Amino acid sequence: MSDLTASDLCVRAGNALLVDDATLTLKSGELVSILGPNGAGKTSLIRAMIGLLPPDRGDCQLNGVDCYRLPPFERAQQVSYLPQRRPLAWPNRVRDIVALGRFAHGAALGRLGQQDAAAVESAMDACDLIPLADRTADTLSGGELARVHFARTLAAHTPLLVADEPVDALDPLHQLSVASLMRNYVDQGGGALVVLHNIALAARISDRLVWMKKGRIVFDGSPQATLTAETMATIFGVEARIITDAHGVDVRIDSALGRG
Amino acid sequence: MTERLLLVALITSSLLALFAACMLGSTPMELPRVIAALFGQSSTADAVVIWQIRLPRALAAWLVGAALGASGAALQGLLRNPLAEPGVLGVTATASLFATFALYYGLAASSVFVLPAFSIIGALIATGLLATAAIRIKSVVTLILLGVGLSSFSAAAMSLLLNLAPNPFTLSDMINWLLGSVANRSFEDIEMALPFILLGLGILFVTRRGLSALTLGEEAASGLGLNLRTQRIAVVLGAGIATGASVALAGAIGFVGIVAPHIVRPVVHHDPARSLLPSALLAGLILVVADIGVRILPTTTELKLGVVAALIGAPAFAWIAMQRRSTHE
Repeated sequence: MSDLTASDLCVRAGNALLVDDATLTLKSGELVSILGPNGAGKTSLIRAMIGLLPPDRGDCQLNGVDCYRLPPFERAQQVSYLPQRRPLAWPNRVRDIVALGRFAHGAALGRLGQQDAAAVESAMDACDLIPLADRTADTLSGGELARVHFARTLAAHTPLLVADEPVDALDPLHQLSVASLMRNYVDQGGGALVVLHNIALAARISDRLVWMKKGRIVFDGSPQATLTAETMATIFGVEARIITDAHGVDVRIDSALGRG
Repeated sequence: MTERLLLVALITSSLLALFAACMLGSTPMELPRVIAALFGQSSTADAVVIWQIRLPRALAAWLVGAALGASGAALQGLLRNPLAEPGVLGVTATASLFATFALYYGLAASSVFVLPAFSIIGALIATGLLATAAIRIKSVVTLILLGVGLSSFSAAAMSLLLNLAPNPFTLSDMINWLLGSVANRSFEDIEMALPFILLGLGILFVTRRGLSALTLGEEAASGLGLNLRTQRIAVVLGAGIATGASVALAGAIGFVGIVAPHIVRPVVHHDPARSLLPSALLAGLILVVADIGVRILPTTTELKLGVVAALIGAPAFAWIAMQRRSTHE
């Protein structure tokens, strides 16, 4: 059992309060999605939770240890992290990028141990990357690259996973396949904290939805309880209808609400 | 597999080049005589030529190349930019400014370690400054411009020292450092620089896995478990010590640290970690070959190695820079 918690967390950048008094827990076996408009503090919250951003107040703990003080190596063995921006300095091969996910296990590119090689292979397989394994990154499309990075995150085999917009730039089929990979990962005992923009997708796969606005966590609960027209109005300022049928949930945005 | 082949090829050709450097020169010497001299079974004249002139000179060129090649590859990995290099970033210029300073005030005469110490301090100041700036500066162009600024400032300060040089003897000594050369190097000179070059290379070698991780950018690399601070300090320290020691041995020699990694990178699948060692070997090889060229070219005054390196390296730099623009923007 692993858990990642933020208690009364505040993150500041200069004068701007990016995260305002956030309290949140992620446990093994649950998939928690963070939703909210641009600039709501979603990325800052998850970055602070895994110790990449110093908290201004409050603290973040990974299995009871202060994340910010945890050596990066030890933290990385517990949590794998997929950032929102994924620059690549060199045109590396797909299998090498995925193999970087084994960094915290001491793997060196080109000389992978048996366990590392197996983890890389199965992560590539899960993300449909085997045919691309020897291609270089500069020959891939944006969506293909997004899958490479997600495979890299999976290859780490950590108890927890934190991903910032993992399905952005993916076509519908691969959005679903990455979503189901995350669901599988959680069903097999992992814990995932994910920033998503596709609300319907989040509602379908998540155990909990965390709704943020202006740095604050406004709602935190099951999709059934929190995905409502009122929530959509409060968080995004839009008039929306929540449609539930035999296939699941869908959100239809009708119009922008007047600002007031 | 290809990497192992590459390493074997580079080591073999380095050895061949060192042999060739012993054979070629104003009076060519056949292989049997070279071998006899190397194993102490020759005339004293041959032994003097090999052991006191040609071999130390060739070894110095190789060591300087190795130090600059590895430093270039490591700095490129750290800054995620194929144009980063001790010469381009002004590290060699700053190191040779400090070396010149030590010579100018006659400090270098007091102990053999003064000259390398000064060069290394100069190199560390430059690399430290660059790495600190690199944290805030996101644009690579700005960073290179900062290097140009450092270079220009060091060159200006050096001109000032040349301008004020007390006598022609000091002047020619200083010009040697400015242009870069391995002429008249002895095993004593190598002994003074070798420990520092090895130390620098050793530190760089330890950081190599972190350089691979940095391929994904600093955010993801720290997510992977890399301690960014330690990594940055180690690369700066390693590159600074190796470059500084190479400047103490040969003065400022530019561009070899950019050309060698550029050739090596495609063979090692663009992995900064795996490019470190082959870049060092190739850069060593390039300088030994270039120095042979300098020695056998029928010019009235011998060309300086640093001048030849820049004549070949600067166009290569421009070419790499233009290629990069066309593929990345």
